[in-house]
Amino acid sequence: MRSFTYERAKTPQQAAAAVAGTPGGKFIAGGTNLLDLMKLEIETPVHLVDVQDVGLDRIEPTEAGGLRIGALVSNTALSADARVMRDYAVLTRAIQAGASGQLRNKATTGGNLLQRTRCPYFYDTNMPCNKRDPGAGCAAKDGYSRQLGVIGISESCIATYPGDMAVALRVLDAVVETIDADGETRSIPIADFHSLWGDTPHIENVLADGEMITAVTLPRPLGGKHIYHKVRDRRSYAFALVSVAAVIQPDGTGRVAFGGMAPKPWRVAAAEAALPQGAAAVAARAFADAQPTDHNRYKISLAERTLAGVLAEARS
Amino acid sequence: MEYNAPAGKNLFDNAKVVGKPTRRIDGPLKTTGTAPYAYERHDVVPGQVYGYVLGAGIAKGRIAAMDVSAARAMPGVLAIVTAPDTKPVGKGMGNTAPLFGGRDIAHYHQAIALVVAETFEQARAASSVIRVEYERQKGAFDLASAAPGAPLDTTRGGEPDQVRTGDFEAAYHAAYVQLDERYTTPDESHAMMEPHASIAAWEGEKLTLWTSNQMIAWNKGSVGDILDMEPDNVRLDSPYLGGGFGGKLFVRADAVLAALGAKAAGRPVKVMLQRPLIYNNTTHRPASIQRLRIGAGKDGRISAIAHEGWSGNLPGGSGENTVQQTRQLYAGDHRLTANYLATLDLPEGNAMRAPGEASGHMALEVAMDELAEKLDMCPVELRIVNDTQTVPDEPEIKFSDRNLVRCLREGAERFGWANRNKTPGGLRDGRWLIGMGMAAGYRNGPVGKSAARVKLDRRGRVTVETDMTDIGTGSYTIIAQTAAEVMGVPLKQVTVRLGDSAYPASAGSGGQWGAASSTAGVYAACVNLRRAIGEKLGFDGDAATFDNSRIAVDGGSFALTDAGALSATGEMTYGDFQDDYSVGTFASHFCEIAVDAYTGESFIRRMLSVCDAGRILNPVSARSQVIGAMAMSVGATLTEELAVDKRFGFFVNHDMAGYEVPVHADIPHQEVVFLDTLDPVISPMKAKGVGELGICGPTAAVANALYNATGIRVREYPLTLDKYLDRLPAV
Ligand SMILES: Cc1cc2nc3c(=O)[nH]c(=O)nc-3n(C[C@H](O)[C@H](O)[C@H](O)COP(=O)(O)OP(=O)(O)OC[C@H]3O[C@@H](n4cnc5c(N)ncnc54)[C@H](O)[C@@H]3O)c2cc1C
Ligand code: SF4
Repeated sequence: MRSFTYERAKTPQQAAAAVAGTPGGKFIAGGTNLLDLMKLEIETPVHLVDVQDVGLDRIEPTEAGGLRIGALVSNTALSADARVMRDYAVLTRAIQAGASGQLRNKATTGGNLLQRTRCPYFYDTNMPCNKRDPGAGCAAKDGYSRQLGVIGISESCIATYPGDMAVALRVLDAVVETIDADGETRSIPIADFHSLWGDTPHIENVLADGEMITAVTLPRPLGGKHIYHKVRDRRSYAFALVSVAAVIQPDGTGRVAFGGMAPKPWRVAAAEAALPQGAAAVAARAFADAQPTDHNRYKISLAERTLAGVLAEARS
Repeated sequence: MEYNAPAGKNLFDNAKVVGKPTRRIDGPLKTTGTAPYAYERHDVVPGQVYGYVLGAGIAKGRIAAMDVSAARAMPGVLAIVTAPDTKPVGKGMGNTAPLFGGRDIAHYHQAIALVVAETFEQARAASSVIRVEYERQKGAFDLASAAPGAPLDTTRGGEPDQVRTGDFEAAYHAAYVQLDERYTTPDESHAMMEPHASIAAWEGEKLTLWTSNQMIAWNKGSVGDILDMEPDNVRLDSPYLGGGFGGKLFVRADAVLAALGAKAAGRPVKVMLQRPLIYNNTTHRPASIQRLRIGAGKDGRISAIAHEGWSGNLPGGSGENTVQQTRQLYAGDHRLTANYLATLDLPEGNAMRAPGEASGHMALEVAMDELAEKLDMCPVELRIVNDTQTVPDEPEIKFSDRNLVRCLREGAERFGWANRNKTPGGLRDGRWLIGMGMAAGYRNGPVGKSAARVKLDRRGRVTVETDMTDIGTGSYTIIAQTAAEVMGVPLKQVTVRLGDSAYPASAGSGGQWGAASSTAGVYAACVNLRRAIGEKLGFDGDAATFDNSRIAVDGGSFALTDAGALSATGEMTYGDFQDDYSVGTFASHFCEIAVDAYTGESFIRRMLSVCDAGRILNPVSARSQVIGAMAMSVGATLTEELAVDKRFGFFVNHDMAGYEVPVHADIPHQEVVFLDTLDPVISPMKAKGVGELGICGPTAAVANALYNATGIRVREYPLTLDKYLDRLPAV
């Protein structure tokens, strides 16, 4: 870990200004991802702006009939909120399928969205990695890639976005709200928030330097059955091999997004439209362009089978 | 005291304290976080500073250049010890590659520098600005491609490790049924909770290491060999370990670098191997390829059995003896067992909990399941008909006490084996495919000489001192029970001090010999103390009855305190009469598993192990040993694998997130039953170890249950869902 300076901001705009004004500045919220990466020198910020005092720790109703979740709301609080449990159960189930109780107590809504990939080569600074060190090459592509991405990936990087919460937010069509140093705010649909790797796998989302997440808003409730099924090698404390977030209506239509497959939660409109025809039809459309390695080819049939199980659960 | 004939009735047979369920006497220290583990021994020496280890970034080659100038200039840095500037250190027991020194790199993350600084953070920060240039060399990293040409293993005793009895080939070809399958097991990591850690302090020529180590006497000598110094100038102190599993049998880089760093800095230095370093820097259980051929008659009797195992290691490293249990477990006149050893440039392989046998059962006991199916025979019955009371390759050698058949019958009965579904893939419960599997288990029951000192004070308190270690196993408690039993005092009157090389040398903790050996040493010391008390008070210590802090002798009695302060040492050694016996531990293991028919996820529902291990000194800690081993078996079967990158030559998933040991939620229900057996050959205690028996076989029980649930046989461990997903029924 490199030495760094540290400050605690009082307001979101002040935080944004502090980060934007310091080259190598970064926000820190729960610190559960950032500090690990700093210890390994995968992240080397020179200045940390702690946002824990800026407020933004409430879940409030919106005028549109949805919920506005402050960026500092912990994963524990969010998943246990009575309104979320009732109207957005897919979100509760996704969050509770992640990490551990202790981590969820610390992890924040904003930080969770921005957690970085779990590609093992990304974590070993002796290995070439375009995400850590643009232009260095990708050690994973011809290496151990069992957990890595099959679609939306690129020649430069085959890593996945590893999180669970965002997959549920994707089916819910959440919107990410931000503020910058000048106090400008914007609303970014979750669909547009995470970037595909392309030639620039070190760029993972559309946030500008110093742009701070203030909230995530959920549109009005969708009804339907909310299911999150996360498949992993052990029952807890493991990232998804594949996960499926789904909201299924009584008529068999619905929404579905996949985790563990791609640089972002993977939701394809044409695939979703095929939900009434069953899992195979959805998977065929969602993963038509997949480019798996020999190690992770199984993910495609696993995604289809997991969805089949989810649809069976929705019917039961 | 020499043990030179099978035990008759002795002081232990009173079993007033031994054998009783007894909570750990060190439990309160553990649960309050006050047991002093190596890295937190802040009080043992003032002025401690921190060392941070830099590991090699390549698997094989040379350090062309190392620039530490920037690191030296970093805040707080006190000293930097580099490999190129250090003559390769000597090798201690069990070291294959040198732990430090020289320009050659033998494996990934081999230690190449230590930065010593005032704080941990400063040492870590400085280590990251050390610049290293390497000359890479090609290496051999793939066991599958190195195995075919590998020679017979000669690393155990110098002779090629092949045993032939009868005419295997002819008998196999003539057999009514034949089975010929290959199984592979991956490299595995001990992944113990406490990383390797040491604090080193020099006083002139004398070195003290407060460390985390299983084998104090061995490693006092090893530190001498490694650092080229008199072992008498070395003191090791390791009273508590947060797990070892064989990973701390030997001296590792933490101890060596702490010593070198302390010398360089002129201050006591503490070094803990960073978690991401441990997987490649230290030892691991080597991967294996195993071929089983079994021929049997219609009645299930094995006529021919061949088990061959291939493993790899660095030059000079030993091979994995995966066929060991096959030489003991089942009858059969025509036999072939052999181990082959390839040379690889991966990190060094060495002992991990039940070395050889843990992996060996993963092949043998699945092959037996496959054989049972071919014979259309109950897997329990198949094992029963092939039981033997003599060692199959050496029929003149008897098992000292073998009750495998009882384990099998009792296990089947308790588990409800008779009700199982016999058609693989044929039992469905909603979305779950349900299956049951079983396996037999064998682990040898070694014992070794062990010494202790026992002191009696004026208040009648008994204190035991021995360099025995408690690696989480419960040594403190069984040693206290032993002393309480033999000295006739309540358990709370006994103090136990362990792990200091200043104490008499014990057998240490390893190979499941610790409990049997160390308690025998304490027994010998107690017998000597009783004699000393008798001498002082004028009676025969062997004939008196010590009970409830009083001594009853013919025609009178004493209070124990009448003896005043006294102390005695004793050592148990073993005569060669044991050579006429094979001393082993036996078990049956059962497992019920549910497999999600959609996703292939597998969830253990319940497990049972029935163990035959002689006298159980403490059913509480013995059970803990076995359930821990059962959990480790679940990991070995379903999730644990050090993933080899065959290009870069290293274990990729080198942290606790990537190397997936089971979590609590993976292990719902475990039951352990101990048969009430006594083994008169092993020691006067008649007790054998259980710590490794518990990982010999549950693996195969899980694998066989998975097969019974799905009808799909996977022979490459770990049995992750990607290996069978496409063969599950369509959804
Ligand atoms: C052992 C372990 C297991 C885990 N398992 C899972 C799992 O199974 N599933 C899962 O989904 N996650 C898992 N996680 C990840 C965990 O969910 C994240 O670490 C956590 O959500 C991050 O939140 P945080 O508040 O601690 O973020 P931090 O670590 O504080 O920050 C993460 C990033 O977000 C940035 N940031 C934080 N807040 C803001 C903001 N308001 N605006 C702009 N940028 C911001 C920081 O600069 C940093 O780059 C696991 C983590 C660990 C350590
Ligand atoms: S997949 Fe991406 S994160 Fe992993 S090594 Fe390649 S570039 Fe780096």
